Amino acid sequence: MVSVFVFCEFQHGQLKKGALELLGAASQSGRHVVSVVLGPEAPTVAFQTFHYGAQKALVCDSKDLALYNSEIYANLLSLIISEHKPELVLASSSVLARDLFPRVAARTDSAYTSDCTELNLKDGGLHVRRPLYSGKCSASVNFKNCTTKLVLMKQNQLPIFAADVTKTGEIVTIKVPSSDLKTLVKKVVMGTSEKLDLTEANIIVSGGRGLKEPGNFSLLEALADTLGASVGASRAVVDAGWVPHGMQVGQTGKTVNPSLYIAVGISGAIQHMAGIMSSKVIVAINKDPEAPIFQKATFGIVGDLFEVVPLLTAEFKRTLS
Amino acid sequence: MKIFVCVKQVPDTESKIRLKSDSSGIDETGIKWVLNPYDEFGLEEALKLKESLPGSSVTVLSLGPKKRVVDAIRTALAMGADDGILIDAPEFIDGYLTAKALAKVIAAEGPFDLIFTGKLAIDSNNSFVSQAIAEALSIPHATVVSKLVHEGTSATVERETEGGTREVIQLKGPCLIGANKGLNTPRYANLPGIIKAKKKPVKEISLSELELEVEAQRVSFSSFLLPAEKATTKILQGDMNTQVAELVQLLKNESKVL
Repeated sequence: MVSVFVFCEFQHGQLKKGALELLGAASQSGRHVVSVVLGPEAPTVAFQTFHYGAQKALVCDSKDLALYNSEIYANLLSLIISEHKPELVLASSSVLARDLFPRVAARTDSAYTSDCTELNLKDGGLHVRRPLYSGKCSASVNFKNCTTKLVLMKQNQLPIFAADVTKTGEIVTIKVPSSDLKTLVKKVVMGTSEKLDLTEANIIVSGGRGLKEPGNFSLLEALADTLGASVGASRAVVDAGWVPHGMQVGQTGKTVNPSLYIAVGISGAIQHMAGIMSSKVIVAINKDPEAPIFQKATFGIVGDLFEVVPLLTAEFKRTLS
Repeated sequence: MKIFVCVKQVPDTESKIRLKSDSSGIDETGIKWVLNPYDEFGLEEALKLKESLPGSSVTVLSLGPKKRVVDAIRTALAMGADDGILIDAPEFIDGYLTAKALAKVIAAEGPFDLIFTGKLAIDSNNSFVSQAIAEALSIPHATVVSKLVHEGTSATVERETEGGTREVIQLKGPCLIGANKGLNTPRYANLPGIIKAKKKPVKEISLSELELEVEAQRVSFSSFLLPAEKATTKILQGDMNTQVAELVQLLKNESKVL
């Protein structure tokens, strides 16, 4: 049977949301689903992939994989693809996969496309679409001259199906090939925030210059905590040094795809809108009724954010409790 | 030190994207082409290294239709690169072929110390070509780099990953760096630079000279679509308490995003 491989990222021993989405799409396709689980705790995580539809898991829990090293990961993944020659490998369009998969594609002569927003695997087919020009248009992706296609999907685009904990599958353990490394990971400084990265978040509360000063981001933190949201920022406040660049949403920041994006005190410059256009619902809070963000938002409140945000936090608390 | 910088020409962010009448691609009339912003960070870092190490050179490479891509190379030369190489190719060559062509040219130019690219190009947002060049040349790479220290034959970089996490990585020997915002502040080309750039050499190479064929591409695009028009914005009315209560109800019961 034709195989689809799913590269499954995980954190703290749990599959990431993107992996659950991909396993769902793969298992609905009628193909033989093989999960690829690399890193410490991989054997435990492999069992979770069975619950979500994988029939087989290729597993490596070598301590060499504890930190992401592009060379070690590329050697291992290239080996897997060269040996099994799957028709399709699915992964989330994460920072890790976007660094790793191009190298693997080049080595294994595979086709590669990232950031896809549509995936249709029905009837043995493969239909993929991706945005271009920051979402100003989209196009179907056609593949040729290759055995394997590497497709990286944006998160929050596919449904997650319920786990079936009775399901199990075959685990195949693989080893890290030895090689002389030119890449040495010296140190990893973990982020201070426990919140989901913006690219993964389902709800984002973002602040702009309307917040007036960096300390006022605490207003957004409170709102975000109530919603289980991550906090983002516009370019203007990142450039002003209020918050780190990792929080920037937009053309030269992160492209996000949450269900709900709440823009607070953000005017909505074209570069910012480029990063948020695939949000399902956009809420704009701004005291300037002429702010461009109101042209693109789903819901708008024209008002002083210092009045609106605390009221909103209280109302969410009441409704969600 | 010999440094290569690969740059891409992309539509300016403000450009309006229109489709051809048969939806087979985009209509390029009216598009303003600029240097990919992330490539500028790579170029600036190369120029800074060159200034700190006498005897160094910076060669800028770009692939695309020569009639317009030459402008991207001239911009880089005006900022301070020494010479340029233009690989003349039709519109929209895929990343696979682009990386092959760039790597072939770099390999043919002889030993080098560093290659800079942007972490991605803002038109395709694919983040493929940099790593594929490194793979073709069998050198290590790091992408999303916001800090670089180059000493002797090794580079130590800091890269941003997810959730505010930063990695410090050492790359041995010649390597490729994909630049992120934060690495530096790119300079502007000044008038003397622009005048000097006109006299700097730009070599032209065709895909066929590199023994590459357009037919060898792995990926192409079709059925272009503009995004669906969003329903008009609902601006809430009434006193602020009413607006806030209505918003939460709409999010919960109508949009079902809570």
